[in-house]
Order: sequence, then C-alpha cells, then structure tokens
Amino acid sequence: MNADKFIQIQNVEQTFKTAKGLFPALRDIQLNIAKGEFVALIGHSGCGKSTLLNLIAGLTMPTHGVLLCANREIAGPGPDRAVVFQNHSLLPWLSCFDNVYLGIERVFGKTESKAQLRARTDAALDMVSLSHAAQKRPGEISGGMKQRVGIARALAMEPKVLLMDEPFGALDALTRAKLQDELLEIVAKTQATVVMVTHDVDEAVLLSDKIVMMTNGPAATIGEVLQVNLPRPRSRVELADSAQYQSYRKAVIDFLYTRQGHVEKAA
Amino acid sequence: MGTNDWRPFWLAVLPPVFGFALLVCIWALVSITTRGSIPSPWETGLQAIDVFSDPFYRKGPNDQGVGWNVLMSLERVAMGFGLAALVGIPAGFVIGRFTFLSRMFNPLISLLRPVSPLAWLPIGLLVFKGANPAAIWTIFICSIWPMVINTAVGVQRVPQDYMNVARVLNLSEWKIATTILFPAVLPYMLTGVRLAVGTAWLVIVAAEMLTGGVGIGFWVWDEWNNLNVKNIIIAIFVIGGVGLILEYALIRIATAFTYEDVAS
Repeated sequence: MNADKFIQIQNVEQTFKTAKGLFPALRDIQLNIAKGEFVALIGHSGCGKSTLLNLIAGLTMPTHGVLLCANREIAGPGPDRAVVFQNHSLLPWLSCFDNVYLGIERVFGKTESKAQLRARTDAALDMVSLSHAAQKRPGEISGGMKQRVGIARALAMEPKVLLMDEPFGALDALTRAKLQDELLEIVAKTQATVVMVTHDVDEAVLLSDKIVMMTNGPAATIGEVLQVNLPRPRSRVELADSAQYQSYRKAVIDFLYTRQGHVEKAA
Repeated sequence: MGTNDWRPFWLAVLPPVFGFALLVCIWALVSITTRGSIPSPWETGLQAIDVFSDPFYRKGPNDQGVGWNVLMSLERVAMGFGLAALVGIPAGFVIGRFTFLSRMFNPLISLLRPVSPLAWLPIGLLVFKGANPAAIWTIFICSIWPMVINTAVGVQRVPQDYMNVARVLNLSEWKIATTILFPAVLPYMLTGVRLAVGTAWLVIVAAEMLTGGVGIGFWVWDEWNNLNVKNIIIAIFVIGGVGLILEYALIRIATAFTYEDVAS
C-alpha cells in the first residue's frame, strides 16, 4: 500500500435533495491524504467542509465518485475512523468514564478482559487530564472538558483516522489554545492520521501538515492545497515570530478573504 | 436565627394557606345562601373525622369504608393503566422508529383519540359482559393514547448526534436501544405516563358512576342517592388528594430521569 495515499478521494460529488430541489454541495473533489498526516479543511461557512468530513466518516454516501481508506472503499461509518463531533455529542446519562468505555468496549471487547478495557479507559481519560472527572456526568463539567472527553473517546478506539469537525469552535480562546497544544502532543505520540475541519487560520497553520482550502458553495470544490513545512514539535510562542509561519498564514488569509471573499454577496 | 431568615418560609407557606382560606370562605357563603342544602365546612369536617376514623369497614357489598372505595378505584386504574402501558409504550417505540407504521397508525390515532373514553364503556360491557372489566377497558382506552403519542414523539426526537455516535461506534441494535434510544426517550415516555394516569383518574370516577360496585366514583353516586352531600364533598377532596399524590410522584420520577440536552 502506498503510504502517501492512505485516504483517497476521487471525483467526489455530493448533491442533497432539499424542499427547493437539488442542492449541489460538493463537486470534483480530488484529495490524497498520507498516513500520519495532519490535514486541515478550511473555508467559509457553507462551503461543504463538514460534508466532506462526513463523507470520509462514512456517515453519508457521495452522489458520485469514490472514497478509499487503506485501499478499501468507505461504505459506512466504523470505529477505524473515529469522529470528534462539533458539539462533543457525549451521552448525557452516562458518566465520562462510561462514555469513553462505550467505544473501547465496542473495539476491544471481544479480545480483552474487563480489567484491560477499564485500564484503557483510565489511560484515555488520563491522556486528556480528566482522571478526576471520570465519574462525573457531562452536565457537570465545562465545555472544554466535554470536548476533551470527546477526544479521549475517539482516540481510545485507536482509530486509523481521527476526524474532527470544528472540535474547538465553541470554546474560548485560552481553552482552545490549551487543547490545541494537547492535541499536538497526543498526535505526536500516537502518529494518528487527522482530518480537521476548522475556520480558524491560526489553528490550521499551527496544527497541519497540509491545509486544504475550499471555494465557496454551492458546488464547492478544493481551491488550493498548501503544504505547511514547519518543523515539529511546534511551539505557538516561537511560531508567532517566525517569518515562515507568517507567510503560510498570509497565504491562507489571501485565499479566504481576497479570492473567496465574496461570500456575503453570493448569499 | 434573625427575623429576616423567616421571610422565605412565610412567603412559601402563607399564599397556599390564604388560598385554602378563600375556598373555605366561599364554601361557607354558598352554604349560608343555600340555607344548608350545601353543608357547611364545619359540619363536613366533623363528618370527615367520622368517615376517616374507620375507613376500612365492610357492611355488605354496597356499604364499605372510604379506604376500600379508593383502593378499589386505584386497583382498576392500575390494571387498565398497566395494560395500556404494556401495549402503548412498545407501540409508541415502533411507530416512532418506522415511518411506514407511523403513517399507517397516525390517522387511526387522530380519529380515536378525541373520543370520550365513556363512549367506549358500552362496547366494554358488551364484549366483557361485566361491569368491572368494562371499567378497566375504559381506563385502558383513555390512558393508551398519551403513552403511544409521547413515546413515538420521543423516539422521533432522539438527537441525530446521538444516532451518529451510535453509527460511528458501530453499536449493535440492542446496544443502541438500551444505551441511546431508551434513556433518550424516557423523559417523553414519563410525560406520557403522567398524562395517562391523570386522565385515568379523571375517567374512573365517571366510569364507576355508571358501572356501580365498590369504588370512589360509585361512592359519590351512592351518597347522592342517599342525599348525603357531606360525603360527596369529602369524596371530592379525596379524589383531588389522590390525584395530586399520583401527579407529584410521577413528576419526581420524571425529573430523576431527565438529563441536559446535547446542545448545551
């Protein structure tokens, strides 16, 4: 298997049936994602970023084209492609521990003992520094903590691909920065392949190896792909002064606000 | 403890006391203007002490204590309601889960739901050939609708996010039903149960007036035939009190099983 083409998206088109007729969301999507690569999908609201992520997750099927993961067609959702949802989507009647355990049990339940499953759950919560909140319900913890439980649930399944839909969008700037740093560490440790939807330019440059910039919808497609060749590990404080970082940032801002800046007129 | 600390206590206690006082005043006024054909609160109170001092006496089939009457009515409600829950809640689940079944049954439910439960009583008498099963049948038919409808609505409103979690984790149908569907639907279901019990308790009084036997509704009718108005008023308070206790208990159960929404 070619490691550069771990995920392959070929000629994908997505059209939704709505009350007003057919709505073309995506067209002509061509993208390859390498194993261990961190890819950010960026674009204005309504450009189909989340639609593309849902296609990779297998939650929706494309109208045309094919998506492959490890050379196999993506035919539906599965625990090998874990999703961190925008609104965390924890089950409110389960404790944080049980929310994480649910996924672990599904993936490892047939091969491992209860004690091993529990140890995995503890380790996952420890990784996001939430061991103290294990027995709390989602309603009893803050938004940032909920999002960390969501990340722990996804990572604990040891997925081949981690799909994140604006995971930090609803958080304040300080919490977001802290979770971004944690995510950088975790991804460095686990070597996971990550696809993250974001609308935050700094987040995209700081975290990614590759930034996929999307044109405005309807019928959005990939406008440009930017390779981010900043050395890892990355530090947000050092990068703030880096000319290279600024040039990447400028490139994304140029794309979003100069070439695709007419989103209000189009709407 | 300072005087100010008592303010919330009095603000909580005094308004209901004033409410009851107003009710008793109006009652007394009505009693005076009707020259005693409606008995006064004082007389009724004395009679109530008499009635409640021996609630479980038995002097033949048509003369039993108020306690037996209430228990008999509660038993009928429990039977009819229990059967309705047994049928209605699973029916609500499948109607909510499958669009075809929902389209199939919704017109029937819309047609039958507005019918007064008492209209079903003759059918019950005819089919079951007995007053007691007919009364239970009437309770069954009136308490099934809120449970079917609320359960179905609950199933249809399970947030898509939870179902997406289930799909990504690839959970089995059984796991989806027990860890996602059931807890998500439970608050809706309990609302249905509460509405059903409320309606059942309303209907049992009327049904028993028609069917006779032992029961709080029959007791009201019997005391009307005896022209014992004091006992009728006592019965009204008993019916209200029992209904209040049922409602309160179910609200407590419902709040214990309601969790914050996914969006917050």
